Amino acid sequence: MTDELVTTYPTLNRPEAFTQDGLGWRPWLQAPDAADLTERQYAGLVDRGRAGSDYFRLLARDPEILGARTRTDKDIFYNTKEGLPRAERELAAAATSRVNGCVFCASVHARFASHHADRHDDVQRLLDEGTSADLGPRWNAVVAAAAALAQTPPQLNVAHIRALQDEGLDVLELADVIHGSAFFNWANRLMLSLGEPEQPEPQN
Amino acid sequence: MSSTEHDAVDTILGVSPGSPLDELRRRRPVTRDNTQASYLALFEPDVLSDASLPERFAVGVFVAALHGDAEATAFYQQGLKAAGSDDALHTAVFEAAKSGAALGPYGEYREPGLQDENRPGLRWATPAAIREALGEKLGAALEHAHLLVFRPREASPAALGSLVKAGWSTTGIVTLSQLVAFLAYQLRVVSGLRLLAAAQTVPATADIPANPAAAQTVRTGS
Repeated sequence: MTDELVTTYPTLNRPEAFTQDGLGWRPWLQAPDAADLTERQYAGLVDRGRAGSDYFRLLARDPEILGARTRTDKDIFYNTKEGLPRAERELAAAATSRVNGCVFCASVHARFASHHADRHDDVQRLLDEGTSADLGPRWNAVVAAAAALAQTPPQLNVAHIRALQDEGLDVLELADVIHGSAFFNWANRLMLSLGEPEQPEPQN
Repeated sequence: MSSTEHDAVDTILGVSPGSPLDELRRRRPVTRDNTQASYLALFEPDVLSDASLPERFAVGVFVAALHGDAEATAFYQQGLKAAGSDDALHTAVFEAAKSGAALGPYGEYREPGLQDENRPGLRWATPAAIREALGEKLGAALEHAHLLVFRPREASPAALGSLVKAGWSTTGIVTLSQLVAFLAYQLRVVSGLRLLAAAQTVPATADIPANPAAAQTVRTGS
């Protein structure tokens, strides 16, 4: 019975370390086929296009929590009318993923941070060296806060907050650092425990 | 289907209407509402066939206690009581959390390029006596919760196999994973917002002392 419900990939081409490459992701549990999704499940996906993803179709087994989670995710990262710039929200997500060890999540959000800040090499150093990499005072403060919040029990303290304030962050921006980091403690645990990353074959 | 009028994060933090923390949270209404909707989807769900309410709240108590959050632990404990659990179950969950205390994240990486970052730590298994009080299914759930809380990098198909063997359905495993992962988020929102209030970043009057000396010491924690 166990063998039928849990899938393994003995010959998968796996990433060797943290990377900004685009990675695939293979589920260990069976995701429903797109053709079999109910309207309730489509509602949980929020964007119908997400039905193309094994990860989201697997999560659609419990559509209500998927829908609420997706709306939380989108607001924390994409609602940039005010508050922290997108690049630094993505940096918090990448740093959190680096600490928790989620190679897949780190690859996605490192690419977003690279793109929005136009700082590919700094982001690569975060992936290569870890959260002690020196990325300049403002990014250091964001990464240190994310790394501290990722500990269990959480180790974020007043000094982290003061360091962010010294870099000019106001209270809404502080809350954005906290929510962006906190959210990836959710995402990392799903991506790490329901499947695994795959390194696609090089294209050239 | 929600019968909880009060926001869970506000309840845990003791946020009163109109307070600075309340105003801060309401500047991101979609995040606030959907953090609460997530709580309701997991702890007041319409469908209970794959994971019961006592199972859900027991995981809540266990994970909150592993995060060292007394207020959140009390909040989920109240839910566990309301879900009709007996004293023996309460005691067993607390004993489990006590024996599972650790500092995370740690564990061994699968990736060859990350072997230098392996950090050994407690691989907690539900002690036999506690497992007996919890039952096979919940005992396996707490073991999985401990894995996800402290060493998510060690998650594996075999860990899912253990849940299947203990009676968890595929959909139930998705729900259990969402429960633990959501709690990892909610408990950090609580912890971070509590700190913002304590650090007086959201005061009625602006009297934040500059403290550059403290700012120099923050990069030791990672």
